[in-house]
Amino acid sequence: MTTRYSKDHEWIRLEGDVATVGISDYAQSQLGDVVFVDLPAKGKTVDAGAEVAVVESVKAASEVYAPAGGEVVETNQAIVDDPSLVNRAAQTDGWFVKLKLSNKAELDALMDQAAYDAYLKTL
Amino acid sequence: MVPFAGYDMPVQYPTGILTEHKHTRAAAGLFDVSHMGQVKMTGADVAKALETLVPGDIQALDVGKMRYTVFTNDQAGILDDFMVNKRDRDLFIVFNAGCKDNDLAHARANLKGVEIEYLESHALLALQGPAAVEVLGRLNSVVQAMSFGMGATLALGKYEAFVTRSGYTGEDGFEISVANDQAEEFARWLLSQPEVKPIGLGARDSLRLEAGLALYGHELDLTTTPVEAGLNWTISKRRREEGGFPGAAIVQQQLKDGPARKLTGIQPEGRAPAREGTEILNSETGEKIGVVTSGGFGPSVDAPIAIGYVATKYAAPDTPLSLMVRGKALPAKTCKLPFITKRYAK
Repeated sequence: MTTRYSKDHEWIRLEGDVATVGISDYAQSQLGDVVFVDLPAKGKTVDAGAEVAVVESVKAASEVYAPAGGEVVETNQAIVDDPSLVNRAAQTDGWFVKLKLSNKAELDALMDQAAYDAYLKTL
Repeated sequence: MVPFAGYDMPVQYPTGILTEHKHTRAAAGLFDVSHMGQVKMTGADVAKALETLVPGDIQALDVGKMRYTVFTNDQAGILDDFMVNKRDRDLFIVFNAGCKDNDLAHARANLKGVEIEYLESHALLALQGPAAVEVLGRLNSVVQAMSFGMGATLALGKYEAFVTRSGYTGEDGFEISVANDQAEEFARWLLSQPEVKPIGLGARDSLRLEAGLALYGHELDLTTTPVEAGLNWTISKRRREEGGFPGAAIVQQQLKDGPARKLTGIQPEGRAPAREGTEILNSETGEKIGVVTSGGFGPSVDAPIAIGYVATKYAAPDTPLSLMVRGKALPAKTCKLPFITKRYAK
């Protein structure tokens, strides 16, 4: 279960055929207090790099992009009910959607933990 | 840190906007607003002269009192909004940071016989919240006797300051003008008090939005008139009758016939915030009827809140509207401002 990261600070973790997607701890710290999330309907299909959700902090609204393409098979009602969960547990319980990937090879284009850590140092 | 009107300013401190916001309403928050333009105007007829540029009743102002007013242009558009404090020997005015250069040029070009001094020598600190009076009272108990809207030159311990009981958060509080060479030490003393935490731009905006207070560049600009912006209360009976300020005929006509659009509070029904620039639609026909000028999440209200201009017939409280957020028409209704109960000291 390797976690991979996009340059837009989403993470994705594949278990079997289904990948869980969320925003990185760095992303939540930059956003500040999350007050609203807008999640897609189940069954929606998204391409890699397309908007899959919206997260709003007190400061501003930001798009969440799908790190890899696929069909939305589950969304996290817990962050709709309590958006601050995204701040408290961005990379665990604060996940956004689960995607049934259309092409697992898309994950190869993403960064692993070491590469993402190095990328954060350049920001 | 972000650039703001030519200054590097903090959006938030490490605890974040939500905590800063709630702390200000529960205890006291310290805001460094030194970027604002502190100006001293002197002259035999300074109040009368200033009235040629503003609709506010400056001549009726007593020493030690303050009044909110605006610079208008010939179209009754607003150049800036600001507080005017009448002191023994001068008027003390605080301009918005982004407007201060233009304001100074405007005042210097148009106010004959008035000496205008920009107080670069002074910092401005705002201490806001229910505990502000107790904190500042530790340095000089006189502040406890000041009512909201009063100002006085005071010794605060070893610091010499011009203090007004005022602010822009909807809470009780003070704005304190202090010499630059004393400002940092004074600010650090304030922050050493257990009730006081530093507050950034983010919470400054959410606090004033909950308080329903207009912000220049959002609710107010060259295209908005005082009447549209709901600032009728700043124009006294005498000024309405006499006019004598730029755009007076338009203001008088709008006071008589009503403006075409009005600023109103907007309460979205769901949890999605509607940000500045969001289109406001007739909830039945989908016709565009206005635009959000400030919108976000109100931490104390615990809900999204917004302010915007709508065509006047939609401006009555509880009028249903739609807000166009990311391509979806979300239900909302107009509401009275402010969103919170103001707690100014009487």
